[in-house]
Amino acid sequence: MTNALSVRGLVKRFGPKTAVDDLSFEVATGEVLGFLGPNGAGKSTTMKMICGFLAPTAGTAVICGHDVLEDPIAAKRALGYLPEGAPAYPDMTTIGFLGFIAGVRGFDGAERRERVAAAMAKTRLEEVVHQPIETLSKGFKRRVGLAQALLHDPPVLILDEPTDGLDPNQKFEVRKLIKAMAADKAIVISTHILEEVDAVCSRAMIIARGRILADDTPDGLRGLAASRNLDDVFREVTTGAGTGGEGTAHA
Amino acid sequence: MRNVALIMRRELRGYFATPLAYIFIVIFLALAGALTFFVGGLLQRGQADLQPFFTFHPWLYLFLVPALSMRLWAEERRTGTIELFLTLPITMGEAVIAKFLAAWAFTAIALSLTFPLWVTVNLLGDPDNGVILASYIGSLMMAGAFLAVGSMISATTKNQVIAFVVTTAALFVFALAGSDFVLEAFRGWAPAVVVDIVAGFGFLTHFQAIARGVIDLRDAIFFGSVIALALFANALIVDLKKAD
Repeated sequence: MTNALSVRGLVKRFGPKTAVDDLSFEVATGEVLGFLGPNGAGKSTTMKMICGFLAPTAGTAVICGHDVLEDPIAAKRALGYLPEGAPAYPDMTTIGFLGFIAGVRGFDGAERRERVAAAMAKTRLEEVVHQPIETLSKGFKRRVGLAQALLHDPPVLILDEPTDGLDPNQKFEVRKLIKAMAADKAIVISTHILEEVDAVCSRAMIIARGRILADDTPDGLRGLAASRNLDDVFREVTTGAGTGGEGTAHA
Repeated sequence: MRNVALIMRRELRGYFATPLAYIFIVIFLALAGALTFFVGGLLQRGQADLQPFFTFHPWLYLFLVPALSMRLWAEERRTGTIELFLTLPITMGEAVIAKFLAAWAFTAIALSLTFPLWVTVNLLGDPDNGVILASYIGSLMMAGAFLAVGSMISATTKNQVIAFVVTTAALFVFALAGSDFVLEAFRGWAPAVVVDIVAGFGFLTHFQAIARGVIDLRDAIFFGSVIALALFANALIVDLKKAD
C-alpha cells in the first residue's frame, strides 16, 4: 500500500540559507505525526511546500499518489491545510467564508450547507455563525481555520500550530477532534507544545536547521533522555546540550 | 469557469462589505457629473451628445482605478490569506482572472450608474445612441486596461498605499505616452521607431476616437493586449513572490 503522504528529498534554499535540507518521510493513514522543532527549524516551510504554496528548490511531496508539483490541483483536493496563524478573509462572516471554501471544494446546494454545518459543529462555531471573522477572538479564528481545513473530509490534513492561541479547554477540544479524525486520515501537526505530542501524536519528529534529528513514537523519543522527559529530549536533540534531566521541566 | 465565478463573487462582495464601494461610486458619479457639466460644458455646447462626459474618463480612471485595484493582491498578502487562497484547488490563471473580473465588474456597475446623463441628453435632444453605446464600451475597455496594470502592481506589495501610488504614477505615464509632453523626452535621442512605439502606448491616443464613438479594431486590440499582458505578468509576479 502506498502511503497517504510521501515527502521525497525536499530542499528549500532562500538565497545562501538552507531552510529545509533534504527532508524525506512517509505518513500512513491512521498516523498523527507531530512536527517538533525550535522556531526557524523549517517546520512551516516544509508544510508550505507539501501544500504546494512554496516551490521546493529540490524534491517533491506526493499526496495520495498525486505529485504536488506535477498535478497540484489533484494534490490540493486531497489535502486540508491550516496555514500558520489561521488566515481567513476578515470581512467575511464565518458562514460566508466556509460557504466560499465549500464552493471551491466542489460542493453545491444542500450538500454545501450540510458540509458547512458539519464543519461548524465539529469545531464548535455555532455561536459565531454570522459574525465577521475580523471581530472573532483568536480561539474562534483558529477554529474557523480548522473548519476550513477539514470541511471536505480530506485524506491528508496538514495543520500548522492548530492549538496556538487556544485556552486549555479549547486545546482539549481540538485535540479530541484530531484524535477522532485520526483513524482514517494521515495528519501532520506542527507544534512547539511538547505535551501535545503525548496528547495526540502517534509519532513525533524533531527537526532543526531543516534536518530530521529524531523520528520515533513519543515513548521512543522519551528514551533518548535519561529523565524520560520530553522537554529534556527536545533540548538535548536540538542543542546537543546534555541536561541529564535536572531542573529543565519548563520549556 | 466555476471557480472563476465563485472567486469573482467573493471579491465583488468584498468591495461592498466595506464603505469603499459606496464611497467610490458616489465620488465617481459626483466627479463625472461635475466635469461633464462645469468643465465640459455639456449644456452650453448645444449638442446632444456625451462627448464632454467621455473625454474626462481617462482622468477619472487615473485616480479611481488604483483605489479599486490596490487591494486585489496586496490585501491577500497583508492578511496572509494568500497562503490559504493559493493552496485551494484552483489554478493561478483562475485566481488572477477572477480577481481582475471582479474589479472590472465593479467598474461596470459604477459606469452604468451614470445612466441619468444618457437620459438627460435623450430628453434634451436626439443623440446618436449607437455612438454613446460605443463610447461606453470603449470606456469600459480602457478601464479594464487600467485595472489589469493596477492588479499587476498590487501583486508586488503587501502595502495598499504603495500599490495605489505606484499604480497612479504608472497609469499617468501610460496615459500620456502619446502626448508631446512624453514624446519630447524621446525625440532628442531615440530613433523614430522607438518614438512611434512609445506613442503607440498612449492610452489617451487610443481613447480619443473611442470618446467620439468610433471603436477602431486597432484600439480594441490594444486595450485587449494590455489586459492580457498585464494579467500574464500578474500571474508570474504572484508565483515568484509568494514567499515574501
